Amino acid sequence: MTRPLLEVNDLKKHYRIAGGLFGGKPSYVYAVDGVSFEVARGETLSLVGESGCGKSTVGRAVLRLFDITSGQVVLDGQRMDDASKDTLQTFRRRVQVVFQDPFSSLNPRMKVRDILAEPIRNFGLARSSAEVDERVNKLMDLVGLPREAVKRLPHQFSGGQRQRICIARALAAEPELIVCDEAVSALDVSVKAQIVNLLQDLQRELGLALLFISHDLAIVEHMTHRVAVMYLGKLVEVAPKRELFAAPRHPYTRALLSAVPLPEPGAQRERIILKGDVPSPVNPPKGCRFHTRCPHAFERCRVEEPELKIAPGDHWSACHLNDLPLAENPMVTPLAS
Amino acid sequence: MTLASDHRTPPPGLAIATPLPDILKKVKPRTGFVGFLRRYPTIAIGGFLLLVLIFVAVFAGYLGTVDPTAISPSRRNRVPSELYWFGTDMLGRDLYSRVLYGTRVSLTVGFCVAIFASIGGLAIGLIAGYVRWLDGLVMRAMDSLMSIPPILLAVALMAITRGSVGNVILAITVAEIPRVARLVRGVVLSLREQPYVDGAIAAGTRTPMIILRHILPNTLAPMTVQATYICGSAMIVEAILSFIGAGTPPNIPSWGNIMAEGRALWQVKPFIVFFPAAFLSVTVLAVNLLGDGLRDMLDPRASKGH
Amino acid sequence: MALLEVENLQVHFRTPVGVNRAVDGVSFHVEEGETLAIVGESGCGKSVTSMSMLRLIPEPPGKIAGQVRFAGRDLLKLSDKEMRAIRGNDISMIFQEPMTSLNPVLTVGRQIGETLRLHQGLDAAAAEAKAVEMLTLVGIPAPERRVKEYPHQLSGGMRQRVMIAIALACNPKLLIADEPTTALDVTIQAQILDLMRDLKHRVGAAIVLITHDLGVVAEVAERVMVMYAGRKVEEAPVRELFSNPRHPYTQGLLGAVPKLGSSLSGESTRLAEIPGQVPSLTKPIQGCVFAGRCAIATDVCRTWAPALEMKAPRHVAACHYALKEAVAA
Repeated sequence: MTRPLLEVNDLKKHYRIAGGLFGGKPSYVYAVDGVSFEVARGETLSLVGESGCGKSTVGRAVLRLFDITSGQVVLDGQRMDDASKDTLQTFRRRVQVVFQDPFSSLNPRMKVRDILAEPIRNFGLARSSAEVDERVNKLMDLVGLPREAVKRLPHQFSGGQRQRICIARALAAEPELIVCDEAVSALDVSVKAQIVNLLQDLQRELGLALLFISHDLAIVEHMTHRVAVMYLGKLVEVAPKRELFAAPRHPYTRALLSAVPLPEPGAQRERIILKGDVPSPVNPPKGCRFHTRCPHAFERCRVEEPELKIAPGDHWSACHLNDLPLAENPMVTPLAS
Repeated sequence: MTLASDHRTPPPGLAIATPLPDILKKVKPRTGFVGFLRRYPTIAIGGFLLLVLIFVAVFAGYLGTVDPTAISPSRRNRVPSELYWFGTDMLGRDLYSRVLYGTRVSLTVGFCVAIFASIGGLAIGLIAGYVRWLDGLVMRAMDSLMSIPPILLAVALMAITRGSVGNVILAITVAEIPRVARLVRGVVLSLREQPYVDGAIAAGTRTPMIILRHILPNTLAPMTVQATYICGSAMIVEAILSFIGAGTPPNIPSWGNIMAEGRALWQVKPFIVFFPAAFLSVTVLAVNLLGDGLRDMLDPRASKGH
Repeated sequence: MALLEVENLQVHFRTPVGVNRAVDGVSFHVEEGETLAIVGESGCGKSVTSMSMLRLIPEPPGKIAGQVRFAGRDLLKLSDKEMRAIRGNDISMIFQEPMTSLNPVLTVGRQIGETLRLHQGLDAAAAEAKAVEMLTLVGIPAPERRVKEYPHQLSGGMRQRVMIAIALACNPKLLIADEPTTALDVTIQAQILDLMRDLKHRVGAAIVLITHDLGVVAEVAERVMVMYAGRKVEEAPVRELFSNPRHPYTQGLLGAVPKLGSSLSGESTRLAEIPGQVPSLTKPIQGCVFAGRCAIATDVCRTWAPALEMKAPRHVAACHYALKEAVAA
């Protein structure tokens, strides 16, 4: 078996929100609480979940934008969570990012050329200023923007064009992995399709791996190879796309899928409406974190936290129902769509 | 119905939309200098007044003035006349000349304090905002400085130094720095959360360059606005310090000095206080108008064309 | 007579770069008890249309022209006082952001009660009783306790329920919902859509739903109006629109949305993209507004703006080349 490009092992990130210097009992937000996954070269792994589930925190931890509480982030066999400054710099070149909001992702006072030249210079990818220009021009071609536009400032572009600039900046470093943190969520429908197609084309041409963080399940299904579903700081299900969308094995995934409104008037399907809201990550429920909203919860769910267990088809899920005999498990029936 | 702008006839059978009327009168968007003045009238008024005052300060010696310190006991307390436009004071000095020369002190103090306090506050604010472990320490020090009223602080500093314009500037600058530092720190804290800063970190940019290239330029707009307000308040503090005799030494004419000297005669010769006070008000008003205008111009929310 | 008839609505704004024709000649109607969805991308004028119906557009820099007839009265001709009597009473509105639309320093009960006291002259006790009743209606558990709470004590979904309760408190005939579920998570969105469908049957108010989400449209609307660059480009009953879109823009929008379950049928198709950008509304547009991005546009489209035409029963579209069925007059 070949080594995965990115391995994340038991990643935890807890933020202190109260207490500390002047006393008071410290309390923590358990934003990410033990998450493990792998991303292979050229693969798209999507991280889905609702707001506050910790998916963006995972993305930022992979980017090393902050120090993690515990766990490991391993790139190509090398641990990055405790790397020295120099290793970190090579790591940063290989892992790039595209954020959600194309309006705040670009420094409003820098011209496009300088924005794209920054990573090229930082990582020493060009020897002369002429070579920088050549690379910048190639990047503009790659993301489908006119070369003349390098002289302009970000506010002179539309949202979709800015997102293209953000993608070009990520590509400038010649990365192997791009973290797309809700990269298409803020865009209008027609522009979203343009950017999704661009990302897919680039992935094919350049052999990029994508960590695609999104709450939009339809886009995820269209883009991804594998899906990881998060709920309250933990993974509840990880599976190849077809496995997950055809036969989700976790009640949360099922509810999530059934809640997506379909653009087909009169479509008849099973609708699971979850009761209540996501509990606070400051004080997550004991046992299975989903048991407060789960329509199938039983006694064991309230006391024992389920672990991710594998099922045929590389299908991992963390649900006690999957320990039940097949006949009693409501999770084995395929999803009627 | 045909479009007015087109001479050809439409192909037969097409449903053509009726052109709609303009419900807002078309106003030619004014561009260039005139458009700028129309959009930001406060900048125009404030800027114009300030330019006039700067002109007065620079060319005070050529505007029909005499030596502002020349004493003439025989011509004391004259009311304004053709010869003495603003009258004379209790020592017979020409008030017009004194007030005009006083412009120099006020503008010098205002501009210098604005510049020095901005630079000092910017440095402290950047450090506090970006180096998290220093933040608590630095900002508590700033808080304790701010807990002393600025005038009191300046009086105390003046008490331990010799009275000179330079010391006045130093005293007011020290009192103003915490305000700037606090503003800059707030801006830095919000800027460092911006995705483009994270993007730059991911793009391998090292911390000093992050601060120089991505943080600093974006603090300049709010800083410029704050600097104008500091300039205005520094002029007032200078006048107060001079008025209570803890500021500009009496041999240099400053508006505060002139008012202090005219205080005793306020009820009989109110013009001695009136002219420097009016100049001070107009100057501070000009600076504040300019600041308000700059704030509107530099605020991205206000300048959006929607 | 329809409940709401909008005719030739124009909303223009004066901006530093010229006059922005945000809405330019939009006509539609809403029957009693009907749900009409207005769909379009950002900047198409859908929100401006809804705001201008209640005259919530600041004038200047804006200017509204045309007719908005509600139960026979032209709202654009009413005095401010008459208009205030209609807002929140006969017509009410739900906004996208439930946090900023609620006053943080008033209890939920006060905010629901306020409209009731204002429009229906209830006293404090009766208003509170009615507030509890409204919270029960929108499915908030323990309503007697919740009326005394402040907005920050509620979750996003709860706040949107409170917004709906406020909007429905006076039994409006028309409810304008501007992206009511856009800020919510998908499981919460499902709850709110469910609630809206349920309430529609029980309360019987007509709904104008403003949204960019075609999935939401398909789930709740009966009729759909598609807007682009400040114009209405197509309108049809919901099933007809999704199965038989006539305008190239509508076709493009439907093709640009991936469908859940697409991977199961084994097809991995490329999303249809609409090339280019929305045109600037501050410059005059010659011909069809969509011509610049349309795959089938010709010189005719670039010269002559198409009028809305009946293309099939109850189905209008503004396109010279859209397929037209024989329509019996």
